[in-house]
Amino acid sequence: MASGIKDKVAIIGMGCSRFGERWDSGTEELVTEAFGEALRDAGIDRKQIGAAWYGSAADRVNVGNSAIPLSTALRLEGIPVTRVENMCATGTEALRGATYAVASGAVDIALAIGAEKLKDTGYGGLPVPSKGTFNDLWMPYSSAPAGFAQLAAGYRAKHGISKEDLKQAIGRVSWKSHQNGAKNPKAHLQKAVSMETILNAPMIAEPLGVFDCCGVSDGAACAIVTTPEIARALGKRDLITIKALQLSASAGREWGTAEWDGSYVPNTRNAAQAAYKEAGITNPRKELSALEVHDCFSITELVTMEDLGVSEDGKAWRDVLDGVFDADGVIPCQIDGGLKCFGHPVGASGLRMVYEHYLQLQGRAGARQLKDPQMGLSHNLGGVPYNGICAISIVGLEGR
Amino acid sequence: MTDSRVVGIKAFGAYVPRHRMQRAAIAAAHAWAFPGLKGLAKGERSMCSWDEDVITMAVEAGRDCLRGSSADALQQLTLASTTAPYADLNNAVLIGSVLGVSTDCSANEFAGSTRAGLSAVIAACESGIDGDRMVVAADARTGKPGSTQEMQYGCGAGALTLGSGDVLAKFLGAETLSVPFVSSFRKSGERFDYGWEERWIRDEGVAKIIPAAVRRLLDQAGVAKDRTLWFGMSGGGIASDKLVAKTLGIAPEKILPDLQGQVGDTGAAQPLLLLIAALERAAPGDVIVVTSFAQGCEVIAFEMQQSQPATPRRGLAGSIARRIEETAYLKLLSFDGHVELDWGMRGETDNKTALTQLYRSSRQVLGFAGGKCSQCGAVQFPRLPACVNCSAVDSQAEYALADEPAKVATYTADWLMYTPAPPLYVGLVQFDVGARLLMEIVGVGSAGLEVGTPLEMSFRIKERDRMRHFDRYFWKATPTV
Repeated sequence: MASGIKDKVAIIGMGCSRFGERWDSGTEELVTEAFGEALRDAGIDRKQIGAAWYGSAADRVNVGNSAIPLSTALRLEGIPVTRVENMCATGTEALRGATYAVASGAVDIALAIGAEKLKDTGYGGLPVPSKGTFNDLWMPYSSAPAGFAQLAAGYRAKHGISKEDLKQAIGRVSWKSHQNGAKNPKAHLQKAVSMETILNAPMIAEPLGVFDCCGVSDGAACAIVTTPEIARALGKRDLITIKALQLSASAGREWGTAEWDGSYVPNTRNAAQAAYKEAGITNPRKELSALEVHDCFSITELVTMEDLGVSEDGKAWRDVLDGVFDADGVIPCQIDGGLKCFGHPVGASGLRMVYEHYLQLQGRAGARQLKDPQMGLSHNLGGVPYNGICAISIVGLEGR
Repeated sequence: MTDSRVVGIKAFGAYVPRHRMQRAAIAAAHAWAFPGLKGLAKGERSMCSWDEDVITMAVEAGRDCLRGSSADALQQLTLASTTAPYADLNNAVLIGSVLGVSTDCSANEFAGSTRAGLSAVIAACESGIDGDRMVVAADARTGKPGSTQEMQYGCGAGALTLGSGDVLAKFLGAETLSVPFVSSFRKSGERFDYGWEERWIRDEGVAKIIPAAVRRLLDQAGVAKDRTLWFGMSGGGIASDKLVAKTLGIAPEKILPDLQGQVGDTGAAQPLLLLIAALERAAPGDVIVVTSFAQGCEVIAFEMQQSQPATPRRGLAGSIARRIEETAYLKLLSFDGHVELDWGMRGETDNKTALTQLYRSSRQVLGFAGGKCSQCGAVQFPRLPACVNCSAVDSQAEYALADEPAKVATYTADWLMYTPAPPLYVGLVQFDVGARLLMEIVGVGSAGLEVGTPLEMSFRIKERDRMRHFDRYFWKATPTV
């Protein structure tokens, strides 16, 4: 029986670049910015890092494949550096690699870093990747919003909700994130917007309008991890430890059989159950202090509340409208603005979410600081709801 | 008792693209320069969507012809077209592969003239082949903007299965005349036809060539003057069928509809569509004569043997009835490639097909052959080595999905992704037999989509390769009408 990762690894330093349209910076500058902050935060020298995991998702508009661009940018000489890619769950994959390396005893201190440079495409939204020589022959090329927008059709059909009510609820999801993003100096979008603006925005993929879609951003985020023992030997106190790291990948069932009704994300449910078990959580709505979920699109965040078990099935849209996930709600969600407003540099996003929890748990979140947080959950979705990846990480105060 | 020496038409099928351009909209767009086009601005013409061509239309007509039967029995498949997409690649082989004919079925093409459709039917009737042969004629015709061809041409496909034995209509004979009468032409590599004066074509060509040829054929076939005779003609220009019928003493009500009001002139496909129109009208004992005028003519005669059996086929009348009215003239120009719209950077994706991969997966991609697991019974697409439901390896037998009923499971209208016909409707398609896959959904009318909307499958171009011009073909779903 696996004993799980809970409290075996501590985060001793984190960094996050400013997200946004970083016309001034390439990936090299972005990773240097995040890495520098993490090193200063950890109070270690780069030579103490024993191994590194680098996450980036979009080769063609980034720095190419392999770990070499990262080892070159950060001058990580003579240590193992690995590049990982698992779509939008890439950042969490980097953290998983580094965490497991430390937990196994293979290295004392490991680096997880993720970055994406998306604003070199010349257009909004994500680049169009090949899906492989076979899939290219039959699979439609639809956009990312089109993949997630289909949740709306399935959710409405299952729960008998009108188009208007659901549009209002998903609009409210984005409204809340804009309220939060306005308080985050590193966020891509730092402006509150009205419900009227959100609801009347041009359509991207029905029913998602422009404001139902997250920002596509440049950025990098970084974590330095070690064992609690080494952390204490380095003089660290009030440790923040990793409680759970779980991942679930589609194997074709959702979009290859009639089982899935289109109203939820099976991978999230799988990963959440495994993560709660690993972290020893039985009542997530009560035990989790904050959520950073993959709000690539407003409808995604809404169904994720049910998939994570913080809302009852068919009730998340009401919880959203009731303000349950607002900054002053029962369980604040996207307190840093989320993908929606902090931005979504794909390879960095999983680490950016952990970064927010890390700041909150240390009481360093400034104007958006929550009261007495104990444990935070972050959630990444790669691909599309019916064919994708879900990565969940839970971090918290040691001993919680 | 059936006579195995009797050769004739055993089945038929048709396909007319659903998009119907209103001629008044074409004329209105050109009114500033060519006000005279208003005289032709009646009715509508069929137009290919961006993802339809001769191959896709031929497939759909062939499927309609095969409805309720298997393609296994076919010994020969012939494509007749003047606008087939590939100059050096057997288009008929691709069509046959989609239809599921066996690899030992011969596949050939007739081209070079709009006469080719009827030439192929005559050749199939007169061939000594023992088994059934299918002739599919298809043309995706386009005219130079502002031309009368643009107003009068249409797109469509007709298919006939010919063979011996139990036939719907018996082949009575054919007459061919080859005359260097150049009424119109299109040089290889050129996009548009060039035509001569209609009055010259009618008076010096049609009037002098066709009636004599028809008379000779009827005499040879021993068709008595008192027989009910249906007559149709293609390639001679507007109303030339009426002129010839009058000369031959054929009653006006027995002239087959020229399809100008709803479809337009579909070139090589037109004589087959006329034959199908006759099969949909004629009574047992009636004689059908169809002629195709081009550098001389082909004339063919059949005798109706039995009323058309009740089959789920759509036929010509059914295809014509399935229509989506189009009034945006720019859409016609854009779909036909006469105007280059700015689709933005998302439209720049390179769609190079790995021909190695296409060959490996041709049954899946062209034949829409998924798999059925022998262990758990799950029907699925794609057919990967391990079953999607029970993970059994190499357990699946081929299972064709093209004719299976399906419904919308999820959907959206994607305004972000590049498509030549926005928005891109996409969704999970749930087949009644259990298979499910993400598909593009086309032909979404004003009723839109909802979870549960019934769907059927249509063979289409998936993506165009603008660099090498080898287009990808796959199946798309379309609401059942």
